[in-house]
Amino acid sequence: MSAPVVELDRVDFAYHDLRVLENVSLRVEAGEFLAIVGPNAGGKTTLLRLLLGELKPTRGRVRVLGRKPAEARELVGYVPQYPRFQRDFPITVRQVVLMGRLTPRSLLFRYSRADHRVAERVMRRVEIADIAERPIGSLSGGQTQRVLLARALVGEPRLLVLDEPTANIDQRRESDIFDLLRELNREVTIIVVSHDIGFISAYVDRVACLNRTLLCHTTAELDAETIQRMYGAPVHHVEHVHE
Amino acid sequence: MNEGFWTALLAFPFLQRALIAAWLASIACGAIGSFVVVKRIGFLAGGIAHAVLGGMGIALYLGLDPMAGALVAAVFSALLVGWVTLTWREYEDTLISAIWAVGMAIGVLFIALTPGYDKDLMSYLFGNVLLVGARDLWRMAALDLLLVAAVALGYRQFVAVAFDEHFAAQRGLRVRLVYLGLLVLVAITVVLLIQIVGLILVIALLTLPSAIAAHYTRRLGGMILLSMGIGVTLASIGLAVSFQRDWPGGATIIIVTGLAYLMSTLLHVARRRR
Repeated sequence: MSAPVVELDRVDFAYHDLRVLENVSLRVEAGEFLAIVGPNAGGKTTLLRLLLGELKPTRGRVRVLGRKPAEARELVGYVPQYPRFQRDFPITVRQVVLMGRLTPRSLLFRYSRADHRVAERVMRRVEIADIAERPIGSLSGGQTQRVLLARALVGEPRLLVLDEPTANIDQRRESDIFDLLRELNREVTIIVVSHDIGFISAYVDRVACLNRTLLCHTTAELDAETIQRMYGAPVHHVEHVHE
Repeated sequence: MNEGFWTALLAFPFLQRALIAAWLASIACGAIGSFVVVKRIGFLAGGIAHAVLGGMGIALYLGLDPMAGALVAAVFSALLVGWVTLTWREYEDTLISAIWAVGMAIGVLFIALTPGYDKDLMSYLFGNVLLVGARDLWRMAALDLLLVAAVALGYRQFVAVAFDEHFAAQRGLRVRLVYLGLLVLVAITVVLLIQIVGLILVIALLTLPSAIAAHYTRRLGGMILLSMGIGVTLASIGLAVSFQRDWPGGATIIIVTGLAYLMSTLLHVARRRR
């Protein structure tokens, strides 16, 4: 039996005095499609950053594919919520996607044939092959999101992590993206973070509700009481912090 | 209109050297300036450039070659500026302004303390392209070679870090190292340009040809090559005009480049509106 894709064991995380995560334990097995949902400031992004090795837990243990997160980076594909680049950067879609094949050992100008092959295949898969030569700044929000997805996929990750993948695209496109993720899930384990519970639960295998700690873990539809607990709590929490 | 210049060019070796120097500078500007423009670190480059005067002043005071002092000071201030932006990003603005001014102040102080000094300060600040010697050309060519080789070797790393630092880190790239490396290359470029336009005008030559190129290309590689060509053309025109009118060379090159940028920008905006 291989190691779980993600294993969090009684993880705490605090920014200085502000406790963001408390006693979070979570196991994600290969092939799962997990949604992490919860209110803003509920610790979702912090949890992602722990998985990506950008933060270290204050207490507890995080393992990704059996390794420390920082050592598993090349096996994890990450799709950010917003593009973090300048839209007027002179670069084509294909070159952005190819960046997902970079390693610290990539020198000189050219990507290998294998890199180009994988990029071509992934761009077809996410339906951006026809815009491959367009400058990145000329794309719509939905197209940009697909480019970010393709960039994460060309690294042939074993875990795909998406932060609010549909935050800046319209609703019709939202279901397109999730249909695509559902399909990709046949090959790769997926964790998606979202604040939109209702929509997402139709697509994923399991939902983890996070508000500082894991409140539920369910394969079933969320009931009203859980939602109440999850979204009711942060109001108190936030008020408390500001006192 | 430039007939006089081209005839003179054949007759005067100092003019030939000036032209070659301007071309060598344009190669460096294209290669490195393009990264300065897309990464939007013009202000950082300005800080590095001005702080160089400190090194030149100290070298002069100690009786060493001021250009060697400039190179050491440039690399030092690049690493200092890089360290500041990586560590105290929120105070970046203030700290770079401080490095900018203090570096210059150190230069002015040491030049004043150096006995027998009279007119060199102006040529450090504004360049003196007509005084370029054969040795200067070799030094510039060597630095060019170094810059082009470094950019070629690290090309994809530099592009990745310039484009999206966060993703580059996620791919395991050594983002800080690549970023500091880029700033050191900027510093070397600054030293290369000092002789032509002086360290105050460096920023214009470093960024404007690349900014013009950006109007006409959608690839960084294309932007680099195009801006080298634009730089060579504009520097040649500037030099020719300065020679005919007997205007200062560096300043004329900058004004020609600035006008070209203005025109290109207006064209670019007009084209987009349509």
